[in-house]
Amino acid sequence: MLQDIFTAFWRDWVVLKHRMIKFILSRMVAPILYLVAFGWGLGRSIHTTSGSYLDFLVPGILALNSMNISFNSLAPLHGERIYHKSIEEYFTAPINPLSFAAGKILAAILRGMISSLIIIVLSYAFGANFTITPLFIIILLLNCAIFAEIGYYAAMTIASYEDMGRFNTYILLPMSFLCGTFFSTSKLPAALYYFIHALPLTHTSLLLRSIGRGEPAAIFSLIILLIYTVGCFLLCAHVTTKAQK
Amino acid sequence: MLCLSSLKKVYPYKNAAGKQAEKIAVADLNLKIANNEIFGLLGPNGAGKTTTIRMLTMLTQPTAGTICYDNLNTAANAKKIKALIGVVPQHINFDQDLTVGENMHLHGRLHHMNKQERVSRIDELLAYVELSDRINDSVRSLSGGMKRRLLIVRALMHKPQILFLDEPTVALDPQVRRRIWDLIRKMHHDGVTIVLTTHYIEEAEALCGRVAIMNKGKLIALDSPTNLKEKIGKYVVEWDKDNGERDFKIFPDRETAQKFAAALQQGNILRRHSNLEDVFVELTGRKVN
Repeated sequence: MLQDIFTAFWRDWVVLKHRMIKFILSRMVAPILYLVAFGWGLGRSIHTTSGSYLDFLVPGILALNSMNISFNSLAPLHGERIYHKSIEEYFTAPINPLSFAAGKILAAILRGMISSLIIIVLSYAFGANFTITPLFIIILLLNCAIFAEIGYYAAMTIASYEDMGRFNTYILLPMSFLCGTFFSTSKLPAALYYFIHALPLTHTSLLLRSIGRGEPAAIFSLIILLIYTVGCFLLCAHVTTKAQK
Repeated sequence: MLCLSSLKKVYPYKNAAGKQAEKIAVADLNLKIANNEIFGLLGPNGAGKTTTIRMLTMLTQPTAGTICYDNLNTAANAKKIKALIGVVPQHINFDQDLTVGENMHLHGRLHHMNKQERVSRIDELLAYVELSDRINDSVRSLSGGMKRRLLIVRALMHKPQILFLDEPTVALDPQVRRRIWDLIRKMHHDGVTIVLTTHYIEEAEALCGRVAIMNKGKLIALDSPTNLKEKIGKYVVEWDKDNGERDFKIFPDRETAQKFAAALQQGNILRRHSNLEDVFVELTGRKVN
């Protein structure tokens, strides 16, 4: 099974190697814009209780960027399933279908983490001040895993290319802005507050921000992320088995 | 020996009235295919050929019935059987982001071949289809004929015992089609059992030892092309009707056919040997193409 997971991962790694420079350069654009616009520009007139707005912003950007990259890394799988049908190559091979899912998700996590590393380097270059600990890395990994799994599930179930775009517009885009990325969720109306706190990105933002400040991590948020990781993988396993049949 | 027993596939769908209905793609199919045979599934579009191949290659689950490879049932031995079979789909399903060589390596890795095995097999197979110089090119840059040849040798990477080819020469020009026929004959000569679907009559006649003719999901005839033609009559007379349409009649022997042709008053009379298309039209009243 490990060999088969590696095979599915290897395919995505080969594609990433072909495009590594393009990938890195393109991943720098959005974070630079966020850091300039919200960190340097708008951020200079915003003061938070715990320091500069840039320090507040960076964990949020890390959370939303790792979400977007991990999810969108698996969007091409939709085309491989519907249009090119290249995933049939995996389904006619003597491998456990779950290893296909695991390999694809791991490759998307890798992309999410590379992208996060780029933002961390850029943030330090912009003068941000935050601490990176092993737990900080684990939270990022969990966030990448959750959204890679959601991306996998969407790519394996959604029927048309347009609907993949709609998923981005209706699910990821609102989460990018509302889940504690650019502002604190504490002043939101109660109903919205609880809804936002049911979403994984909020807990990633909160955890990254508190760990980055050197504060203790909220165990509750960590448990929520773990539940999402396991639950989403079970959904991926289900949809893979179903797709093969 | 590949054995299909009471195989059935039903697809649910919503009819024009919006009510749930069922389309029978394959109905009660019973077949036995011997080792080292070239076996053809022949029929028009929608006859159930591709669905049958997809069930045999475990890409589609049968609604009912069983498929056995020697003594292995697909329901319980999917992994073992997948290691024995090679699949050439109708749709060109290469990974578009990989090169020719990488697509071959991916297939080898999925069949647990080590690097040394993969490299030597890729060299051998690409030379076999004269694509060695394209190993580092993107599959997108290949012509239609090259893609088809590559699709076939990719399926041979892990040395399968049975190769399934779904419409292997669809949309190819006659020259490329004949090259692919030669490739299929060579694989058969090397001991591979071949199961192919086609709606090209001449392809079935040129390659297959036995053919199963399917129509509307049902098996309507099963024999060698020669026997099937003999059963309906070996000679055909064709002529133009008064309304401009073409008509034909099948005869058991040359003399009767000649007498009939001589007595005809219509123009553009053609005497020829019968073919599998005649068999199909006789049995179903429909044309294959």
